[in-house]
Amino acid sequence: MLAAIGVSSVEELFRDIPKGVRFERELDLEPPLSEQELSRHLEELAARNVDTSRELSFLGAGIYDHYVPAVVDTVLQRGELLTAYTPYQPEMSQGVLQAIFEYQTVICELTGMDVSNASGYDGTTVAADACYVAKYATGRTKVVVTEATNPQVRQVIKTYAPGFGLEIVEVPHRGGVTDPDELRLAATDAACVIFQQPNFFGCLEPAPDLAAAANAAEAIAVAHVDPISLGVLEAPGAYGCGMAIGEGQSAGNYQSFAGPHYGFFAARNDYIRRMPGRIVGETLDAAGERGYVLTLQTREQHIRREKATSNITTNQTLLALAGLVHLSWLGPQGLREVGETCMSLAAFAQSRLIEAGLELVFPERATFKEFAVRTGRTAEGAIRSARERGVHPGYSLGRDYQDLGDALLVAVTERRTPADIDRLVEALAT
Amino acid sequence: MKLIFEKSQAGRRGGELPRYDVPRAEVPDELKRGSPPRLPELAEPELVRHFTELSTRNFGIDTGFYPLGSCTMKYNPRVNERLAMVAGFRDLHPYQDEDSIQGALELMWRLQEALIEVSGLHACSLQPAAGSQGELTGLMLMRAYFADRGEADQRDTIVTADTAHGTNPASVTMAGYKLAKVATDARGNVDVANLRELVNERTAGLMLTNPSTLGLFDEHIEEIAQIFHDVGALLYYDGANLNAVCGVSRPGDMGFDIVHINLHKTFSQTHGGGGPGGGPIAVRDTLEPFLPVPAVVREGERFHLDFDRPKSIGKVRGFTGPFGVFVRSYAYIRSYGPRLREMSEVAVLNANYLLARIREAYDVPYDRLAMHEFVLSARSLKRDHGISALDVAKRLMDYGFHPPTIYFPLVVPEALMIEPTETEAKETLDEFAEAMLAIAREAEDDPVLLREAPHARPVKRLDEVLAAKRAIVKYGFEDHPVLGNETTEPRQLATRRAAG
Repeated sequence: MLAAIGVSSVEELFRDIPKGVRFERELDLEPPLSEQELSRHLEELAARNVDTSRELSFLGAGIYDHYVPAVVDTVLQRGELLTAYTPYQPEMSQGVLQAIFEYQTVICELTGMDVSNASGYDGTTVAADACYVAKYATGRTKVVVTEATNPQVRQVIKTYAPGFGLEIVEVPHRGGVTDPDELRLAATDAACVIFQQPNFFGCLEPAPDLAAAANAAEAIAVAHVDPISLGVLEAPGAYGCGMAIGEGQSAGNYQSFAGPHYGFFAARNDYIRRMPGRIVGETLDAAGERGYVLTLQTREQHIRREKATSNITTNQTLLALAGLVHLSWLGPQGLREVGETCMSLAAFAQSRLIEAGLELVFPERATFKEFAVRTGRTAEGAIRSARERGVHPGYSLGRDYQDLGDALLVAVTERRTPADIDRLVEALAT
Repeated sequence: MKLIFEKSQAGRRGGELPRYDVPRAEVPDELKRGSPPRLPELAEPELVRHFTELSTRNFGIDTGFYPLGSCTMKYNPRVNERLAMVAGFRDLHPYQDEDSIQGALELMWRLQEALIEVSGLHACSLQPAAGSQGELTGLMLMRAYFADRGEADQRDTIVTADTAHGTNPASVTMAGYKLAKVATDARGNVDVANLRELVNERTAGLMLTNPSTLGLFDEHIEEIAQIFHDVGALLYYDGANLNAVCGVSRPGDMGFDIVHINLHKTFSQTHGGGGPGGGPIAVRDTLEPFLPVPAVVREGERFHLDFDRPKSIGKVRGFTGPFGVFVRSYAYIRSYGPRLREMSEVAVLNANYLLARIREAYDVPYDRLAMHEFVLSARSLKRDHGISALDVAKRLMDYGFHPPTIYFPLVVPEALMIEPTETEAKETLDEFAEAMLAIAREAEDDPVLLREAPHARPVKRLDEVLAAKRAIVKYGFEDHPVLGNETTEPRQLATRRAAG
């Protein structure tokens, strides 16, 4: 090979690298491991974790322990899908392209929107994307977000805001939900209003009223929604939202210590040319047969460069595919049942905790799969003692809300049983 | 092939759910779903067959050679997939208490340390979700750094090369900076004279890929770094091409202050049909205080998430980044250790060998040794036979290869950007070279064959203009337009037989 190239050594291949920047010593890394040694090393690291099959978990707050059907793993292990990249060459990539087209359809069906992209990074970055779209669609530079929206979503849009030239305004919750009148006032001159349904506390927002409040101020209503809730909760498109976004993890992805997952981004047709990311469209081949391609690419960085609607390139296609498989496995009936089951189990857990003498933080509110409960002591203390009984009872809300230092956010998915809930009650009641 | 929705039968489903004996909770009427989402309704066997058929209409590294330039399509070791699915990683919640996630934090800390060593810098954040988000994060760090020095208003411009990935200028705009573009000189390096005209006290920094997207190492990198550092500006390294130089030359030693590393390229996270990726950034010590929170730190024998970083830019995505990607990339690095240098050496050897095998048949815009990839031009084929880079790419499909990146970088007309990676055997490179040489001959002998390619894929050449014009971006159910003709079935069957 060297002779064909016309050099005498591998070293010579690097002759264009100036001497001053050549790395002359060996990399200070541990010696190579064989596959067997590597497996042992990583399995040892994994064993230092206590996964949620070893400790009964009621943690949620954005990442949820929903059941992932085996068929998801089966599809994701197909090497033709797993080891392909972005389908720039559509004739090589009809499988991924058609899957994304189907995913886009499923997301539009769930959210009631006209168009979905092929995925964003996660539920936080799609919120930043929505702000960017809204800014250019409205020419306004204020973004309103409810305080009952996931704190990480709020943190991320604040990180992006200086570069985007945006001001972020938060609207406080009133007893666990947002007051539409207050939101309407804040929305004056705003590009968009972001709210979460169900919100971070698990409470059901008066979402149609919040969207109406945004629309009254001619700000784009952006709903941050949980896909697994959309078999029972109304689609944002049905109550006046311009965009619907969210964390896709609930549908098809393991918890995986928070990644990789996918964010979904869907919008009304009005915003299609300002959408970030890949979009797949239907077309014909030279023989007149149906096929799929990446489309509307003049939005994208590889064509439009500094005038692009986003810099996103690599996205989360494989995780979005997992979402498509899971939702297809469930079907409309299954999705509704998962939603009803989560909701009923969460309500059951609340009633059992009340019987045991605990108080809900927002007792007046309807909830979906999460709720906030007062522990009667610091939430950290409650977590500590519950964990001694092998139960992780939830997320300490005091980490984000100063006045809720005694409160836990408890998530109940369809994977928790009534017997599990008994263990939760025992762990928290003492 | 039918869409999954076209296979639906009302009432079918993939599987059953458990039923619990608890009172049924109801959604308040005003929030209740009106009409159900039209999700597919299939039994599990049909579901599996649908996605299996989709996979047969796709091409991955597992299928064959995939020399997509700038994307580093190397083989993905399967042990990494298995390890990412170990329950102790897969079923971990990010809000668990630190005593129950020590293994995960240790893995992340060890990966950070390895990336710091490979990049020649001082601190690392794994948080960014992909290379382009690493870029944006890097620019946010620059903004925070200059704000901290009271120079935020003064520094408003970022310089990028005309060979840069499109993500660089797009990131500059998203970060709120102005863009200045530096030209490429006759040897394929940054035009230093042009650079000197552009850089001044208003410059915040440079974004550069080195080796560049031309596959060439910039011979003036030390001088370039000096130009920026002399005016107090910073250098950002787009790590898309790091696979060329692991253990050979480190970005930090070249003078870069911020680096992103594409874990899905250099460190073999599977590309997944478009993602996920991972885009950690490594930085010089002066920039460490501004890194995203939380930081993963070691305190004695314990590992810890540190949120107490008052100068931090904040969070760029949820939690601590795509952990499953970290498992795969950490495993990949541990399987090489210091031999990462050999990985890069073979990547560069393979690229130069392939270039030597096919250079006679195509134009070589910059006659130098390549690094891990090289760029050819089909300019002469276009001029002499009316055959474009696109035609060459489509014809390669008939030979069983994924085409290279085409029409990029923009400075080369009819560009074909070829990156073989280190995991390809010489026989594969030879087969690909023979195909490229055969295609150059076909361009002369039978140009129509090329213009109508591909001939051996499940679909013929697809009409991208029509797609953009129609903008059909979801299935329309009963209103879905009938786009295709009705002759699909025989060919699908033929294709299936051929594949089987």
